[in-house]
Amino acid sequence: MSQTTLAHPDNREPVAFTQEELGWLPWLEPFPADQLTERHWAGLVDASRAKSPYFLLLARDPDILQARTKTDKDIFYNTSNGLPRAERELAAAATSRSNGCIFCASVHARFASQYSKRKEDVQRLLDEGVEADIDDRWNAIVNASAALTATPPAFGEAHIQELRAAGLDELEIVDVINGAAFFNWANRLMLSLGEPTPPARTNS
Amino acid sequence: MSAAPADVIDFLAGIEPGSFLSAIRDRRAQARENAQKSYLALFEPEVPGDVTALERYAVAAFVAGLHRQPAVSEFYAARLRDHDDAGIAQVIPSEVSRAATEGPYGRYPEGPLTVEDVDGPDYRVSPASEAVLGRRLSAAFEHAHLLVFHPRDASPAALQKLLDAGWSATDIVTLSQLVSFLAFQIRVVAGLRALAATSSHRASALETVFTGVLASGHV
Repeated sequence: MSQTTLAHPDNREPVAFTQEELGWLPWLEPFPADQLTERHWAGLVDASRAKSPYFLLLARDPDILQARTKTDKDIFYNTSNGLPRAERELAAAATSRSNGCIFCASVHARFASQYSKRKEDVQRLLDEGVEADIDDRWNAIVNASAALTATPPAFGEAHIQELRAAGLDELEIVDVINGAAFFNWANRLMLSLGEPTPPARTNS
Repeated sequence: MSAAPADVIDFLAGIEPGSFLSAIRDRRAQARENAQKSYLALFEPEVPGDVTALERYAVAAFVAGLHRQPAVSEFYAARLRDHDDAGIAQVIPSEVSRAATEGPYGRYPEGPLTVEDVDGPDYRVSPASEAVLGRRLSAAFEHAHLLVFHPRDASPAALQKLLDAGWSATDIVTLSQLVSFLAFQIRVVAGLRALAATSSHRASALETVFTGVLASGHV
């Protein structure tokens, strides 16, 4: 079977970073939803993800999808201790801003705003980039995330000292490292397997 | 071939059992366990599909080399040598050296972000190396370079090159996961190594963790 990529000639890709809800269209055929086996369902982890073309595409290799999803959930949702959720989302948004993933940045900027109640500060990260001067603590998290996102990684002692000076302990620093590192995984999949779509124009 | 370390990230970051960083990693036990399961799913898969072990380790050795973390590069280079019956390991150093640059760079869709476009190289495997690697693996290296250094330049045309070189849609998902996972693993290792190297606050951190462990009852 000769294979070709999927084209979306009518899509108008968003051209700026935003906190609005974007969609996403795959460039390769997702796994057919009506052919999912137990192994695929295990890979999707949450059954609701079978509605997402992104997760259905990744379900073509279900074992790595399952391990990836469980890694993701613990890094971001396990907030019984360590860094507050808002600042884990800030690390994800800063990483996405640095790599240039408009879709990932939209999702995690929105979460950062929701958990921090600081939508305007989050918007400054999106508008001005990782150089935005917000406050010492957020600057430290954004700087560390951007340094770790560079290839080769440019993260080092200076970033750790900046995080400590901003009040982060060792576990919270590890949460920043994990959050930024994880989005270097997520951004690459989201950027390279499909394209974002504009926010739905629902004015209610 | 030697078995994979029980925890590859610990192995690469030089984290010993019982150390303070090991205790901190235990506070994210699911993430720790599933980072290891991710490694196993990619490098020792139960259902290997159509991407060979040689291809997986060859791409990993190349990607690790691009990140210039010596411990990680040597780990994947050694595992490639264990699988290599085609002389592929010999071309990795020269291709890493030809491909080396700094990221992230790339272009945005035309609009207000265009002022942030950063130019950078489009990497192609040398003809001499392609004669050793073959077109399929050469296409994988070229795509891996895109993902590592300039993922925002990704396009359907880049995926079409992989399809034309014999990668199925499922193979491309596996390849994309492998390269992207390494981007994660290598950064966790780099971050933990940097943290281990900074000694101040170490004693108080240990105390915090120990108190936390006691409080959680996990003793």
